Amino acid sequence: MTTDEKITPSQNGLSSIIKQTFDLVLIPFLAVVTALIIGGFIIVVTDAAVYTAFGEGGIGGGLAAIWTSVSVAYGSMFSGSLGSARDISESLVASTPYIFAGLAVAVGFRGGMFNIGVEGQLLLAVMASVYVGSNFSLPWIIHLPLTILAGMVAGAAWAALAGYLKAKTGAHEVINTIMMNYIVYLFSDWALNGFLCRTPCSSPVSPPVLESAFLPQFFYRLHFGFFLALIVAFAVWWLLFKTTIGFEIRTVGTNPNAARYGGIQTTKVMVLTMAISGALAGLAGASELLGVNRVLAAGFSSGYGFDAIALALLGRSHPLGVVLAALLFGTLRSGATRMQSLANIPTDIISIIQALVIVFIAAPAIIRWIYRIKAKGAEEGGGVMVQGWGS
Amino acid sequence: MKKQMFLLVAVLAVLAMVAAQCGGSAPKPTEAKKESPKEEVKKEEVKPVASGHKYAQVTDTGGVDDKGFNQLAWGGMKLAQEKLGVEVKVLESKQQTDYEKNINELVNQKYDGIVTVGFLLADATKAASLANPNLKIAIVDFPSQTPTDMGLLFSVDQPSFEAGYLAAALSKSGTVCTFGGIKIPPVTAFMVGFESGVNYYNEKKSGKIKLLGWKTDGTKEGGGEGSFTGNFENLDDGRNYAEGFFDEGCDIIMPVAGPVGLGSAAAAKDRGFKIIGVDSDGFVTAPEYKSIYLTSALKNIDVAVFSAVEQMEKGTFKGGTNYVGTLQNGGVGLASFHDNASMVSKELQDELKAIEKGIIDGSVSTGWPVK
Repeated sequence: MTTDEKITPSQNGLSSIIKQTFDLVLIPFLAVVTALIIGGFIIVVTDAAVYTAFGEGGIGGGLAAIWTSVSVAYGSMFSGSLGSARDISESLVASTPYIFAGLAVAVGFRGGMFNIGVEGQLLLAVMASVYVGSNFSLPWIIHLPLTILAGMVAGAAWAALAGYLKAKTGAHEVINTIMMNYIVYLFSDWALNGFLCRTPCSSPVSPPVLESAFLPQFFYRLHFGFFLALIVAFAVWWLLFKTTIGFEIRTVGTNPNAARYGGIQTTKVMVLTMAISGALAGLAGASELLGVNRVLAAGFSSGYGFDAIALALLGRSHPLGVVLAALLFGTLRSGATRMQSLANIPTDIISIIQALVIVFIAAPAIIRWIYRIKAKGAEEGGGVMVQGWGS
Repeated sequence: MKKQMFLLVAVLAVLAMVAAQCGGSAPKPTEAKKESPKEEVKKEEVKPVASGHKYAQVTDTGGVDDKGFNQLAWGGMKLAQEKLGVEVKVLESKQQTDYEKNINELVNQKYDGIVTVGFLLADATKAASLANPNLKIAIVDFPSQTPTDMGLLFSVDQPSFEAGYLAAALSKSGTVCTFGGIKIPPVTAFMVGFESGVNYYNEKKSGKIKLLGWKTDGTKEGGGEGSFTGNFENLDDGRNYAEGFFDEGCDIIMPVAGPVGLGSAAAAKDRGFKIIGVDSDGFVTAPEYKSIYLTSALKNIDVAVFSAVEQMEKGTFKGGTNYVGTLQNGGVGLASFHDNASMVSKELQDELKAIEKGIIDGSVSTGWPVK
């Protein structure tokens, strides 16, 4: 994949490094900016006050109302995400599951696997973690790692199954992982009304995780899962770019036939890629459970796994890029609360902005066309995405 | 030319964005929040006396337009805005982490009272109540958990009793039926009330109406035995259970299983039978089956929410207690018969009114809670 070389250039001079980094960052940056602008248009168009102002105050009043509408919206979003220590803490809290989940999808992309099942793997992991976390009384030094591990194993096993099906039977992982999501959703419904329900079972909510399995919060709600996420991101980078396994994963991702010809056991690598991806998805769920929520109830995750696809695309499937993209998305999500409470804008606007970012990243030609940027090579941008679908 | 225009627009837009963000960040959050409410009050100034107090609702992940609890609760909030002149707001939750965050946001903005909706918010409500003992907070459909919060509960056995009596009176086949989603008290309360209503009819009219799907028995776990689909989602289950009961001769069914009941409504429509809704008025919420709904046993969440806000506003709010919606205070009730009004004779309506009076003054027992 050409993008790898651009991020870790070695022989080229400094100026070309800067130029390449610029190219790499420019499209995602413009995609985000453009999405925010279009989001602004949507805010204005759906704001009744703007129409009233145009009616009463003419063009001048209308433009003023547009200005107020957008500035109050994005102003409250900004103050709600970065305005105070507590708000910054909340933004980092929101970013944490995004980092893990984004890494999960990114690893899949690198290995040529489009893991749409992160959502399901995450939920299954939370179920495993909440079971271990609430049922066993152990000293924290054992309990906490064990609970996290339970989540990772559950996520890894569930994802590896899809990888195995792909490797052995050719069943496409996109289809499999989507379908396997539904199995987990319904399984969790059943479990929450059965063995995972608290006693007495008056509503489908799990018992709380015991304190010995908590990821401690230290800065308002910010918990150690955030640092774990950064460490894991570094570990994923190291695994992908500094180890033999990582080389094999990337080779299979680029061209499985060539990889096989080159002596790589593609079957093994496919299953392994999915297992790593699933384990990361599991970490997303476990850290969210043990750091913030501490119980499992319906609506635990409303789309971390799907937002993660956007994150991986935005971050060019590079761990550093994913971390930055996750921080951005977490900040947007977190700011949405204030935007809702002050500017009366539904949090759904954030989903629209995220969706627009995906569109622009997946089709960089739109961004190039809008901003008149010359294409450097056909392989840039879309390459990662295409790899996931082939073979 | 065209190109330059494009660039110009793009650059201007970017500048606008940056400026918007800077502009918003310059005043402190406390100042920013004062601005927009003022604007709203201006808009609402037609309303009677603006008290200047602010109340907010926090939804669960269903969102405010869920055609269910959240929407009904929001109706109560809007009623409070209209009748009490207070300012109301709703914060939607997208995921579990949002519950605590949304409540904290409202606490930090010094809202005068908060209403949370549903058991999913129970833990967050409890935590917020313990952390802020002066906070006025009420939770819909969940009992009070701390000395300072209020639970909003509903005696659904009461309208179910009326529904049972009505079904027994209108059944042509002599068999009525019910089934539940999951065997938990909020569900079985409906079924027990329904059964008691049928029994009351048999007692009064020496009828022999049979009930399928539930049998109260205090010695059994959960207060009796009955049919349960085991979920609140699967519409096919709703259809299958209904078909099974119809085959056994039932012609009026009361499914107590949320959306599962829509499957039963579809089956009832095919067979020309009737259904009794629960929680909200099926005639309104499921218009495709409207004439199939004989009536519904209502949880008037809007009435309860309004009452909670009214108590907070008037200073009569008492933490550690539960508001219980009853036939007397209108917190529960039997829905209108709508298209089927002609089926319900004047005589039957009078009987239902007498029953309502009996339940209110305690002379008629709904059999709930099961002893």
